[in-house]
This record gives sequence, C-alpha cells and structure tokens, in this order.
Amino acid sequence: MQSLLRQQHPLAVPGEQLRVLNDPALAHRSFDDALERSGLHPLTSTGIEVLQINVGKLCNQTCKHCHVDAGPDRNEVMTRETAALCMAVLEQTEIPTVDITGGAPELNPQFRWLVSESKRLGRHVMDRCNLSVLLLPSQKDLGTFLAHYQVEVVASLPYFMAAYTDAQRGEGVFDKSIEAIRLLNGLGYGREGSGLELNLVYNPVGAFLPPPQASIEADFRRELLVRHGVVFNSLYTITNMPISRFLEFLLRTDNYDRYMQKLVQAYNPAAASGVMCRNTLSVGWDGVLYDCDFNQMLDLPVSFGAPVHIRDFVHDRLDQRRIVTGQHCYGCTAGAGSGCGGTTV
Amino acid sequence: MSSYYHEDDLARFGEMGKNAPELWEKFQDWYGAVFEEGALSQREKSLIALAVAHAVQCPYCIDAYTQDCLQKGSNLDQMTEAVHVASAIRGGASLVHGLQMRNVTQKLSM
Repeated sequence: MQSLLRQQHPLAVPGEQLRVLNDPALAHRSFDDALERSGLHPLTSTGIEVLQINVGKLCNQTCKHCHVDAGPDRNEVMTRETAALCMAVLEQTEIPTVDITGGAPELNPQFRWLVSESKRLGRHVMDRCNLSVLLLPSQKDLGTFLAHYQVEVVASLPYFMAAYTDAQRGEGVFDKSIEAIRLLNGLGYGREGSGLELNLVYNPVGAFLPPPQASIEADFRRELLVRHGVVFNSLYTITNMPISRFLEFLLRTDNYDRYMQKLVQAYNPAAASGVMCRNTLSVGWDGVLYDCDFNQMLDLPVSFGAPVHIRDFVHDRLDQRRIVTGQHCYGCTAGAGSGCGGTTV
Repeated sequence: MSSYYHEDDLARFGEMGKNAPELWEKFQDWYGAVFEEGALSQREKSLIALAVAHAVQCPYCIDAYTQDCLQKGSNLDQMTEAVHVASAIRGGASLVHGLQMRNVTQKLSM
C-alpha cells in the first residue's frame, strides 16, 4: 500500500480534505455552534503541559486509517536544527511532558537526541511507537535505549486478534506487535513496580466509535495474557479522525455521512472541555506550530496572533492562545472524548 | 415505494413520538434504563439485543445493534455466536413443537 501522496490521490492535499469536511451538501452541525451552545466558544488553551513533537512522516508501516498519511515512501523528517529549536523551547519553559510522534518517530535520526535532551532537562518523555519498529535490524537496541531513559511507550494495537489488527495495520503486523511487546516486557515494560510504562492504544477497525475504555481494557488484558502471555499498563481508546486515509476510507465505502452523524450526535460538552489541544502544543517536522497533530495534517497552524514557528516561540503568546477548530474536531469530542491519552472525561 | 424498509428510516425513529409523546417518552426512558450497565454489562446487553434482532428479523435493529456491538468492543466471532444462539432457539422452538405433533398423532392413533 502506498501513501495517498504517492498515489497522487486528491485527498493527499489538506485543502481537499477541508473542502469535504466543509461541503455544504454534506453539512453537519457546525462544530463552532456546538462549542457555542456548550459555552466553550472560542476554545482556548489552558496552558501548555505537553510539547508534542511530530518528527516526520517516515514510517515502516502504511496503516489504512493513518491521519498522517505516513509510510516508507514519505521523506519529510525533522532536522537537527529544528529539533534543537524544540529543545531550546523546552529549556526556557517548564513544560513537563514531551510527546514524540510521527510516522515512526524512532526512524528519525534526531529521535534519540530529543529523548536524551528532554530527559537531561528532567521532562517526562513519551514515544508513540508502532511496535514493529522495535524488530527492525537498525533498531535492535531501541528497547534498551527506551528503558534506559525510562521513556513511556504508547503503542498502537487496535485489537487483540490478529485479523482485525492486520486489516488495519498490514499483514503480519499483529504477530510483530506481540513479539515487540514481549521484548518490552522482557525489559520490564508493562510490569508493575518497574517504572517502565507500556500503554496500548485501541482504535476502531472501521467506521464506528470506540467502546468504553475500562471495558475494552479488561478484554485486552485478559486476552493478551491468556493467548500471548504479554502484559501492559493501560489501554487508551482513540476515535478515528475523519481526515486523510480514514476520510478516504469513509468516502470510498460510503460511510462518511453516517460516521459524521455519529460523531455529531455523540458530541459531549465535557469531552470538549477536556480536549487535548487545550494543554498541548504540536510542532510539525518543519517547526510549524499547531494546536494538535490533526490540525497539523490539515495544514491549520496556530492562529489568532500566536507565533506560527518554533523559532518564534513566545510562551505568553501561546499559553492562553485561541485554538483553531473545524468539523474534524468532532472526532475528539464524541462520547467519552478522545485524545492522545485516550478518553478525556 | 421501492421497498418497505429504508436505511434512513432508522434515524427517523423519533417521529413515532409525534402523536403519542407521553407514551414515547415512557418508552424512551424505559429503553434507556434497560441498556444501562447493571447485573449485565452494556456489551452483554448489546449482544442479546443483536440476537433478538435476528430472532424478530428487524433490519433496523440488526443495523443498529451490529454497530452498537462493534462500538462496545465485540468482534465478529462473538456477534456470530450470538446470532447462532438466536437461530438455535428459533430452530429449537420449531422442533420442540414436534411433541405437539406427536401428542396429536398419539391421541388419534390406535
């Protein structure tokens, strides 16, 4: 499977995705109206607690739902210069958490430097890991590296059965994921008292919303232990965002309208209030600043007078900034909410 | 009318409240309470609903509870077993009436 960009698919262009999302013929209640009715408009940041650094679109997998349109055929990666700007911002602020994502972030040559620098500055570091990357010959010491720096591993595993996981992430990915979890467990990850956190991420393998987090977490825990003898700390449930490849899937399978209706009907003011963009600042591979990773993929940088590049970072102008919203934001406010840390209510 | 059943009608279910709003409201409250987490989990209730939907052969309910089961974290193996439970009961219900047939036959026979 190739990225939408490599296929020269119209939806590879963020503007085309926004056109679909805002198409009057497919109109759903405006997200800003929903915020207004909840007394949350305009949505503003409550303070930057997470610096989420997307180091690029290069990945060893090509997942069918990927909002980044990442894959082996993508070559946009963060340079050392931009990574250094991120670390300079970290040094001049007290942002407690660094969340490194991609693509497969570990494939970026700056990844390990970002981890070690962030830890030197005493920050908590999260690695959004696709698991299979741990088995690549070039990454054979990755697990040891992550354990050494006590990096929290947040790993995608959409279901505890191979057929479902492989349907979304590619043939054979489930088995590789289990092997990688076993490797991480061997280093202490996911085991109580080790201080090494391994959290898994569930997202629906199709055009439906995620189940309650606690309920599916119990299933994952039981099934992964019984069938494969592996353990983890927590399971986060994340809603599929109607952008990029998942949007292409929704349109191609005639599920778009129904899925958007579901998201709109499931709008939850409490989820909107706790939405992750309120405490996150997202940095793109080229240093551009966004309110979240989804806005990043839609090419919607921070706005309303906030500085738009990491080199121009001014804490006070970003800490309470107004957030850029759109119809896709329903993906984070449906039901129990959805963020990079799972449900938000 | 091309078909008696239309997918879009599922979303119009609420229109049934128009001429009997109080009854509709009672139904809604009761329906909502039935599917709350209780002695059975919401997921178990959803699987039961899926099975019953097949037993009563309601396409709206099959659509709604297929989606709901997926949304509750059930997989196709579990959902298929639920449909088999409904089917087994339906089949068994026919078969057990065979005893009535046998009784009548016995009564009439020498």
